[in-house]
Amino acid sequence: MPNDTLEIPRRTTTDTAESTPDASAMLTLDGVTKRYGAEAAVDDIDLTVRDGELLTLLGPSGCGKTTTLRMIAGLTMPTSGRVGVDDETVASDGDGVPPEQRDVGMVFQEFALFPHLTVAENVGFGLDDWDADERERRVADLLDLVGLSSFADRSPENLSGGQRQRVALARSLAPEPEVLLLDEPFANLDIRLRERMREEVRRIIKETNVTAVSVTHDQEEALSISDRVAVMSDGHIEQVGRPEAVFEHPKSRFVADFLGQASFLTGRLAENNIETGLGTLSADLLQGLTADYDGARIDVLVRPDDLRATPCDDDRRTGNGTLVGRQYTGPSFVYGVELDTGDVVHCEHNHSTEHELGERVTVDLVADHTLAWYPAE
Amino acid sequence: MSREDTGARRAVDRLREAAFSPTRDGSNRLVAGVAVLIAVTVISPLLWLFLRAAAVGPREALSILVAPSTLDVFVNSVGLVASVTGLSVALGVPLAVLTVLSDLPFRRVWTVALSLPLVVPSYLGAFAFVSAFGPRGELAELLSPLGVTIPTVYGFQGATLVLGLFVYPYVFLTTRASLLSFDTEQLEAAQTLNHGFRSAFRRVVLPQIAPGMTAGALLVAFYALSDFGTPAIMHFDTFTRVIYVQYNNFGRGTASLLSIQLLAVTALVLFLESRLGDAGGDGYGGGVVGTDSPVASLGWAKLPALAFCALVVGLTLVIPVAIFGMWLLRSGPGYASAGIGFQWDFAINSVYVSVLAAVGTVLAALPIAYVSARSDSRVAQLLERSTYVGYAVPGIVLALALVFLGANYFPWLYQTLPLLVFAYIVRFLPQAVGSTRSSVIQVDAKLLGAARTLGETPRGAFRRVTLPLIAPGLVAGAALVFLTTMKELPATLILHPTGFTTLVTYIWRVQEAGYYGRAALPALVLVAVSALSMILLLRQEGDDA
Repeated sequence: MPNDTLEIPRRTTTDTAESTPDASAMLTLDGVTKRYGAEAAVDDIDLTVRDGELLTLLGPSGCGKTTTLRMIAGLTMPTSGRVGVDDETVASDGDGVPPEQRDVGMVFQEFALFPHLTVAENVGFGLDDWDADERERRVADLLDLVGLSSFADRSPENLSGGQRQRVALARSLAPEPEVLLLDEPFANLDIRLRERMREEVRRIIKETNVTAVSVTHDQEEALSISDRVAVMSDGHIEQVGRPEAVFEHPKSRFVADFLGQASFLTGRLAENNIETGLGTLSADLLQGLTADYDGARIDVLVRPDDLRATPCDDDRRTGNGTLVGRQYTGPSFVYGVELDTGDVVHCEHNHSTEHELGERVTVDLVADHTLAWYPAE
Repeated sequence: MSREDTGARRAVDRLREAAFSPTRDGSNRLVAGVAVLIAVTVISPLLWLFLRAAAVGPREALSILVAPSTLDVFVNSVGLVASVTGLSVALGVPLAVLTVLSDLPFRRVWTVALSLPLVVPSYLGAFAFVSAFGPRGELAELLSPLGVTIPTVYGFQGATLVLGLFVYPYVFLTTRASLLSFDTEQLEAAQTLNHGFRSAFRRVVLPQIAPGMTAGALLVAFYALSDFGTPAIMHFDTFTRVIYVQYNNFGRGTASLLSIQLLAVTALVLFLESRLGDAGGDGYGGGVVGTDSPVASLGWAKLPALAFCALVVGLTLVIPVAIFGMWLLRSGPGYASAGIGFQWDFAINSVYVSVLAAVGTVLAALPIAYVSARSDSRVAQLLERSTYVGYAVPGIVLALALVFLGANYFPWLYQTLPLLVFAYIVRFLPQAVGSTRSSVIQVDAKLLGAARTLGETPRGAFRRVTLPLIAPGLVAGAALVFLTTMKELPATLILHPTGFTTLVTYIWRVQEAGYYGRAALPALVLVAVSALSMILLLRQEGDDA
């Protein structure tokens, strides 16, 4: 139904989607699979996105995230499985509704603005069946929403990258889609602009209250804009959850590795302790440990901010490791330490602390949260 | 650091000065002078045409220009241009869309096959069509026992059909180029904005490929206007045919007036083309295009689409080659009958005159290309542009101008080989200038400076550095001119010395006499020659890109 005003935001805080887990499902994928010949680009994916939620598909290139997005849009038909938008089945078992008949909007990676049309004509492109007055008002409202009212008659060619992206966003939101898809929306912007646009895009999406699915290979982007993150690898979804949950308690080594810098401490469980290169740690630190693993060899995930290295005064007699690497990132140093057990771990330090390579250090665990662990390989 | 920098820059400046300073010696000025002389010589024949027309006298001129027969010619020509352009767009655009955007099977094969008709000179196409579909033609003979009569191929319909079929690839290729630079993501964007494929195509694709389509259409219009062979074979009175007939009947005043009229219409087409600017300039985004996967599924339309492609390829490639091949195999009675039998001498004549033209053209092109590549001045650009005059002027008009020039002022040149070769040089100079100029531009000016600092004179530096480096460009230009000369029709027909028969004049003679069968071998040779020149031309364009 054409609507002459923007929807009034129902929720304004950013994490309410989390607190209402029973919000109705707007988008469902059941066993969705896409095969090209013998190869499965997307392999039996199940996913539910709730009304008003912003979910990000995160994964390395070739993991099937863009194919998944295109199947939701209708630009690619799944080989098997079902895609549902707001209780309506739009694709099932190789057949489906074409994109123009789905209530799904999409922001393309290159923005795909029509160069022969003005900004306003671009935004109004999907509003053919609205009457002229309503269309005009809708276009004006959206340009206002993205802060480009004064650019209505410009050609997209004369816009900056950030402005183009806002036009693309306004254009895809104009026909009031149930679901908005964003394909690597920030990949074409330079780094500085990228961070500003993340906040801006999230604000706009939340203001219009649309259900959104974005795709990216940039973990920082995924963690910062999403209500939930789905990490994909090799056509599968590895883990879905709130950004903090996925970051702190990755279910697999792949997820741990893909999100931030990950090092692993090898250790052996004995009673309520773990023997590691850092000394004896309490097993209470490990998340979800059961008694079944007593005596097993495990790998404990430690991130640079979980560890601190302190130099030893007396050369080579104390400490538990040697500095083997140093990376200056601006705000901080990340040191690589080879522990005497052979594990290499990374420790993040304030940029004012500077140590020399080859120095003996003592590495301590300073994490204030439980640690994820995996059975040794 | 910075001192080293400025030192290096100064050294570069010095090199550049050494290479180009006009004060060092006058050789640059000499080259420029030669270039200007050549350019003026090349344009001069057209001036004579205007002089000759002026000699007709105003009253007579007016009566010729407004005579009903002249008006007929004008209407015929414009009508033919319009219908050929229309047919070319109707064939070229759908075929381009099918081969770029749809899931047509064997798209690559079709793309090549559908571009190939450009390789058949349209007069050979017309010739093949007349002998296939004309009265007592091969197909007509075949069908007449069944009581089927084919509508006549002569006249307006025939000329439209043949020209359209053999020049539509201009539209096909330019439309394809704009479709390929079109960002198909936009089509998907339109689909997610509630537009079906048809609507998205009309609203998004069509406006953006329109410049490319128009550029192709104007090329077709230009070709249809200046083509001599097809209307002549199809007995359709356009400017070119009437000019030729008038010339043969000594109505030379009328011929020159009509020529000027034709030039005016040609200028109009060229003007429209220049107004178009750079056609098909892609959008701001740069083309990140995923055309490896087709965008539109043909569905039930797949078979009709295949049939359409097959029909076009059948008419443009299979029929001419089949007709010529058939004649070749069927050695009719009196094959070597006196006077009109084919002799290999004709081929040797063709090669001989084409070699002369190629060498002459490259020699004339070199100074002009050199000056225009090495200087940004107005004069240099004008110089390069002026060579295109010979290209733009319809061949029949140029030939006529040279006839007047020769007959009235240089009688010892009239109907001699040098005049014919000069006509070829005027016509094909831009081809050689183009390839030579781009190869001169690629020679780094610092190399010449280096040669100079090593003690070479400017002339020595040119001979030992520039010439070896631009040699491939010169050879490519010469090859192109050679091949285009081999198949050139109107100038050859009018200017060839008496008794000097080439492949082209031989084909024309047997065609006029109705002994189609004799032309099989020379026609096939010319198709092969044209195919070669097309390959060369495409490779050259590939290098420039």
